[in-house]
Amino acid sequence: MEYVIVGNGVAAVGAVEGIRKIDSTGPITVISAEPYRAYGRPLIANLLSGKITEKDVYYRDDDFYASHGVNFLSGKKAGTIEVEKKSIVLEDGTAVSFGRLLIATGGIPFIPPMKGIGGPGVYTFTTLDDAKRLEQAAGKVERIVVIGGGLIGLKAAESLHDRGIMVTVVELADRILSSAFDREAGDIVEKRLREVGIEIILENSVREIVRAKGRVKGVVMNDGERRDCGAVVVAIGVIPNKAIVEGTGIMTDRGILTDDYLETSVPGIYAAGDVAEAPDLLLGRKRVTPIWPNAYLQGRCAGMNMAGAKKAYRGGMAMNSIEFYGIPTVSMGVSNPPEEGYAVRRVYEPERNIYRKIVLRDHRLVGAVLVGRIDRSGILTALMTGRTDVESIEDDILNDGFGFASMPADMRKKILAENR
Amino acid sequence: MMKRVYAKEEVCIGCRLCEIACAVEHSESKNVIRAYKAESKRPVPRNFVEEKGPLTFSVNCRHCDEPLCVAVCIAGAMVKDEKTGVVLHNEEKCAGCWSCVMACPFGVIRINPAEKRTVKCDLCAGRTMPACVQACPNRAIVFEER
Repeated sequence: MEYVIVGNGVAAVGAVEGIRKIDSTGPITVISAEPYRAYGRPLIANLLSGKITEKDVYYRDDDFYASHGVNFLSGKKAGTIEVEKKSIVLEDGTAVSFGRLLIATGGIPFIPPMKGIGGPGVYTFTTLDDAKRLEQAAGKVERIVVIGGGLIGLKAAESLHDRGIMVTVVELADRILSSAFDREAGDIVEKRLREVGIEIILENSVREIVRAKGRVKGVVMNDGERRDCGAVVVAIGVIPNKAIVEGTGIMTDRGILTDDYLETSVPGIYAAGDVAEAPDLLLGRKRVTPIWPNAYLQGRCAGMNMAGAKKAYRGGMAMNSIEFYGIPTVSMGVSNPPEEGYAVRRVYEPERNIYRKIVLRDHRLVGAVLVGRIDRSGILTALMTGRTDVESIEDDILNDGFGFASMPADMRKKILAENR
Repeated sequence: MMKRVYAKEEVCIGCRLCEIACAVEHSESKNVIRAYKAESKRPVPRNFVEEKGPLTFSVNCRHCDEPLCVAVCIAGAMVKDEKTGVVLHNEEKCAGCWSCVMACPFGVIRINPAEKRTVKCDLCAGRTMPACVQACPNRAIVFEER
């Protein structure tokens, strides 16, 4: 079998490793638009802040492609998929034929239409090149405005602040981190970011990027307020990069739709990662969940299936772990439940920067938000993915020192006996 | 099949010698006094002894067949050695993002706050019997295939 993978992020790496678990010899081609070996995308924040150097962003050994028998087409953009011919035509005209194909093209930043947004001085923050460009820009400007107070925007803000740049974050919602976290968690992180000197403007947005002789000079916000700045980072959101399947008949919704085996509507063609709309464990439906763990696990599962395994994807769930200036945070599953049908337990000690919340539905753990204390939080992940009935320990889960000893013997022994 | 570390709560008395043995084994000197008294880095165990009243037991990394800590690691610091089955953590590469802490179903990846990195069990590379198992006076931790 000849395998072709379009994309070279973590889903692609997962797929290569998944294929090789089943098929040690079938030729694999990886088509990478970016001219780099696979790197840890979230690490671009550490790179921009100066905590690590470029050699540290690559997360598999130098010989990963060679040792896995991969023909690595670096810096080559895939153009179109010819479904009937089982072939991919690259933008340079080369055709690459496949037996099984994985589309792992990831996401692209959403750039809203806005006066002044075209031209130099406007950046996104999802690729290694983005980080390098911002590093260049950072030496030349005093202030940078970041549009968007989500995970990517705040990590860009933190990194730029660490480089000594004045940073203003403008967020449309009335709180930061509104999608992955809840209000209390957002408030604690917001307070910390303000403490270190990052300006945060809520319930506002940038209406215009002001330029003089083409160069960014500032932004005008919805309420007319202006900030002088030398550059703008747009971090509003990421959308599935699915242009490659247009006109192929491969079914899409928000992302590329897959079945439980990560196969698309066209047999032999699979999708994984931020471009895929795959089953979600907790929601019981398909969903685009553009986070690292799902991308790797989907890629790996897709790879194994491409090589002939019949392994169902267990379903992903949202999970984020991220630290802001010494405050660790974790969010999992449903972090902002509707009132109906969900129960919430919480511990909120804002003066100590501690906040811990669990979300329950029918005595099953379906979500958690943890700020300030996240140790052993994987035990909660296990309870969530195992759909464990936690009625008997609901009052204990948020206690300090919660662990297997807090569980009834049968629950504890069942989890500890499993080899995963 | 690989040998893994399992606990027997029926005979564990919570003495925590396994934690000390683990921390010392992973110290620079591998000497208990020097590790705790002289080394600049405080020794950190890789196992967790849990306790609730008379119930105590140790929880150890299980070196999963499909390890979630490896899947979620953004730095490539977590690696499953396909030959030995051991899940190894390259602390030099660790970015301190705590994703593995969030993902590990056994809760056995420890945050080392002093280093801003995580630490985990390596099954005592180079030893035939992990230090925790050897140190247990009650044979409440076993190293076996299951």
